[in-house]
Amino acid sequence: METGTWKVKIGLAQMLKGGVIMDVINAEQAKIAQDAGACAVMALERVPADIRAAGGVARMAAPAVIEAIMKAVSIPVMAKCRIGHFVEAQVLEALEIDFIDESEVLTPADEAHHVWKHDFKVPFVCGCRDLGEALRRIGEGAAMIRTKGEAGTGNVVEAVKHMRAVTEGIRKLVDTPEEKLAAIAVEMRAPLELVQEVHKTGKLPVVNFSAGGIATPADAALMMQLGADGNFVGSGIFKSADPEARAKAIVKATTHYQDPRIIAEVSKNLGEAMHGLEIKQIPPEKLLASRGW
Amino acid sequence: MRIGVLAAQGAFLEHIAVLRELGVNTVPVRLPYQLDALDGLIIPGGESTSIRRLMLDYDLMERIKARARKGLPVWGTCAGMILLAKELSEPDETLAVMDIKVKRNAFGRQKDSFETRLLISALGEDPFPAIFIRAPIIEKVGDKVDVLARLEDETIVAARQKNLLACAFHPELTKDTRFHRYFLDIVAGSG
Repeated sequence: METGTWKVKIGLAQMLKGGVIMDVINAEQAKIAQDAGACAVMALERVPADIRAAGGVARMAAPAVIEAIMKAVSIPVMAKCRIGHFVEAQVLEALEIDFIDESEVLTPADEAHHVWKHDFKVPFVCGCRDLGEALRRIGEGAAMIRTKGEAGTGNVVEAVKHMRAVTEGIRKLVDTPEEKLAAIAVEMRAPLELVQEVHKTGKLPVVNFSAGGIATPADAALMMQLGADGNFVGSGIFKSADPEARAKAIVKATTHYQDPRIIAEVSKNLGEAMHGLEIKQIPPEKLLASRGW
Repeated sequence: MRIGVLAAQGAFLEHIAVLRELGVNTVPVRLPYQLDALDGLIIPGGESTSIRRLMLDYDLMERIKARARKGLPVWGTCAGMILLAKELSEPDETLAVMDIKVKRNAFGRQKDSFETRLLISALGEDPFPAIFIRAPIIEKVGDKVDVLARLEDETIVAARQKNLLACAFHPELTKDTRFHRYFLDIVAGSG
């Protein structure tokens, strides 16, 4: 029996596919998410929209918050550590969290290094804006990738941009002659073996969810049709008028993403979606997606 | 032969990929009409609460239950095994068609997920690569259930009851296709 292997790490991500991972800040929200059909929850002290509003330094959630959520549900529980803050990651592993999100939504702790994730038995998910960033994170040991989008905005435009960039990056790599892959790997600052693997298989070696701005069932289905393996929904649920109904609707739209009649049906009577932000009106230094490298 | 893979949530694409590699006509199942004309059904790994929610909301629970009772071969892996069980150690709604008692997350959280090799005589002499992810176990089996695999400590991790097949691990995450071929033999009526 061997624990913490690469297959076991990427395997958990595979079990989450086709599902919705919801941000929650307490046991009550976690139960609502589980009952609605979430395949996992992300335990946080504040959802990204509130982190954005509060400003200051955003850190790992307090262990008491995380433990209360872990106790409340039977589905996997994830939690975020700051980029490069390997001790927050160690603490989360000690708490026996199921998945660690090394996340740009929190304030980065290291401006040059991400966590070396191979050192951990718990799997990591990391954000990316394009294929190179995805492969750099996988090289460091990320067992799952999510496109970053722009968290806490309720605006899906950045999520779409990043998902399309990953897909386009893969397409180009498949069409690249083999002898040019080494040069591309240098340009991408990504491990050559991973570049060669994507060239050969035409897909990422790990699961890729979408994140950052999904607020409606149609947003969730859009990301699935663009090639996401599943969706993270942060502020979009518990910042809306009727979180329970919206959570259920987004779960259904993620499963039935190819069926517009079902998406139409589940989009009825949800009350108001979260208030959205226009990306161009956010000062560049307040954009979360540009954190990480 | 036409095999359906329940595509509500979880690792359904992995099962579909193995079946297609074996040359089997395979369809994803999300709505009741997609159950028509199936010769067998796989309920994949994933989150059983999430899969259950989507089965209930789209009227799949009763339809699959009825088909399974009439003899449709159904194979549940991990979450799928939970959904086949007549009894759960922490009660919740299931298809309740297979005479087994199942305990969810029996090994603990993700840090306790593991890989091992299992001796499964029904699949031949070579050990089978088994990946257990937040896996359930079978605590008890009824008289009509055959145990197919146990861990070294005797814990039951795979079983069969006529047309119903269940395992706690994930053959769809490995390159070994013997478990899939075993299920296809059941479907073909020769297993």
